[in-house]
Amino acid sequence: MNRNELRTALIEAIVDIAPDLSPEEVSDDASLRDDYDLDSMDSFNLAAEIHKSLGVNIPEADFAKLQTLGELVTYLEPRLT
Amino acid sequence: MSDFLMPSLGADMDEATLVEWDVKPGDRIKKGDVIAVVETAKGAIEVEVFEEGVVEELYVPVDTVVPVGQPIARLSGVETGAPEAAPPKPAPTVPEQPKPRAAKPEPPVKAPPTPSPEPEQIWERILATPLARKRARDTGTPLEQVRGSGPRGAILAGDLASRPDVNRPARERPSRTGFDPGEMRKAIAAAMARSKREIPHYYLAESIDMKTATDWLSDYNATRPPEQRLLMSVLVFRAVALAAREFPEMNGFHRDGYFEPSDAVHPGIAINLRGIGLITPALLNADQGSLADLMARLQDLTRRARRGGLRSSEMTNATLTITALGERGVESVYGVIYPPQVAILGFGKVTPKPWAVGDALAVRPVMQATLAADHRVSDGHRGGLFLARIAELLQHPDQLDRTPSVQPRQKETTP
Repeated sequence: MNRNELRTALIEAIVDIAPDLSPEEVSDDASLRDDYDLDSMDSFNLAAEIHKSLGVNIPEADFAKLQTLGELVTYLEPRLT
Repeated sequence: MSDFLMPSLGADMDEATLVEWDVKPGDRIKKGDVIAVVETAKGAIEVEVFEEGVVEELYVPVDTVVPVGQPIARLSGVETGAPEAAPPKPAPTVPEQPKPRAAKPEPPVKAPPTPSPEPEQIWERILATPLARKRARDTGTPLEQVRGSGPRGAILAGDLASRPDVNRPARERPSRTGFDPGEMRKAIAAAMARSKREIPHYYLAESIDMKTATDWLSDYNATRPPEQRLLMSVLVFRAVALAAREFPEMNGFHRDGYFEPSDAVHPGIAINLRGIGLITPALLNADQGSLADLMARLQDLTRRARRGGLRSSEMTNATLTITALGERGVESVYGVIYPPQVAILGFGKVTPKPWAVGDALAVRPVMQATLAADHRVSDGHRGGLFLARIAELLQHPDQLDRTPSVQPRQKETTP
């Protein structure tokens, strides 16, 4: 999976959690919580989905620091097997 | 034999549109079965029965607006249900029939079954919400050509919204959840106005040191994969539920001038519906089960609140309400009681604050808890003790984790 495919997979997961967002409008540097209104249950679901579909178990301490799509991509890319 | 009435779906709901029957005459039903789906401003809700028996007759065709309290079906009890009266109508063929046929022997039928035209008509209807039907008419779209995204494939208004309609003001984005924001706002307004008119609220606030709970939660989550982690709200909801058992005057219903405390604790959880409004379905028996189990139930409840599939019991059984606006950044939230309940708890964000520990000053994660309660039922003194008890329980997070066998209750245990 290259960087673009990873980005697309993450956007899919985000839009599934927030169906009122359209994939085109999810940008790399917007805050998932403040700009897209993801609450703690949404974040929980996103972390679970990343674990399930990408196979990466992000420790909670790390996940709490990942605020944007761009940060998620950068964190996940080297960890994909 | 008894009539099954359209259930109340909350203080702010006086009617609903029946959009689907899940049973047909002759079907055997048991407690907790979903017999129909109705659509309200709060989305599609599954109507459950609370008795055992056999469906005798469905009174109301699909797509009918039904006031709360109107009979919608006739059921016969199993104990008294000797089929001496009208034998159950032969059921028309239904393509997809999840329920087993009645176990008791069929009454002898002389003539070959002739399904009456009315039920036949019901089964062949396409599932679609009233707004979707209207939009289909307005835009001239045949419903057969639309793929539904609602519960059981029901067509929602949003599924038709891609067609341009010059007569409607352009909306930013079609709703895909079947909720009607305008109607939902009206329903919230009606319930809250009634609350402020009838309920003499009093308000209390308490700051809670969350260090122990925060540390406990970090430890718990550190060793677990994402899908097994807990949210802080689960600890808070459990603490509220356990405290509510000790403060019956906070947990129950005020109706017709009297207060009835509830044995069960079913906190209604305020769930934000992403730009549409607010819904407060009950997290049933939140005082029971492990924290992992409560987390799973909260996750399921949140998903169904947002995507449809809440049950009628979850819409009406809440015995008090909890609103946690903390992660939206506010420090305190003062709620409006949802009638006929008598209390609402509000929790703000956990935020670092200067905190006196002994005679030294420390920085601690602190959460503001508020209580709005009904002065007809309780006083500020008891309300203060209730908040203090919640704060105390949150100092012992390991004790919040209950095994499922603790204090089993007879009533309405979640399956």
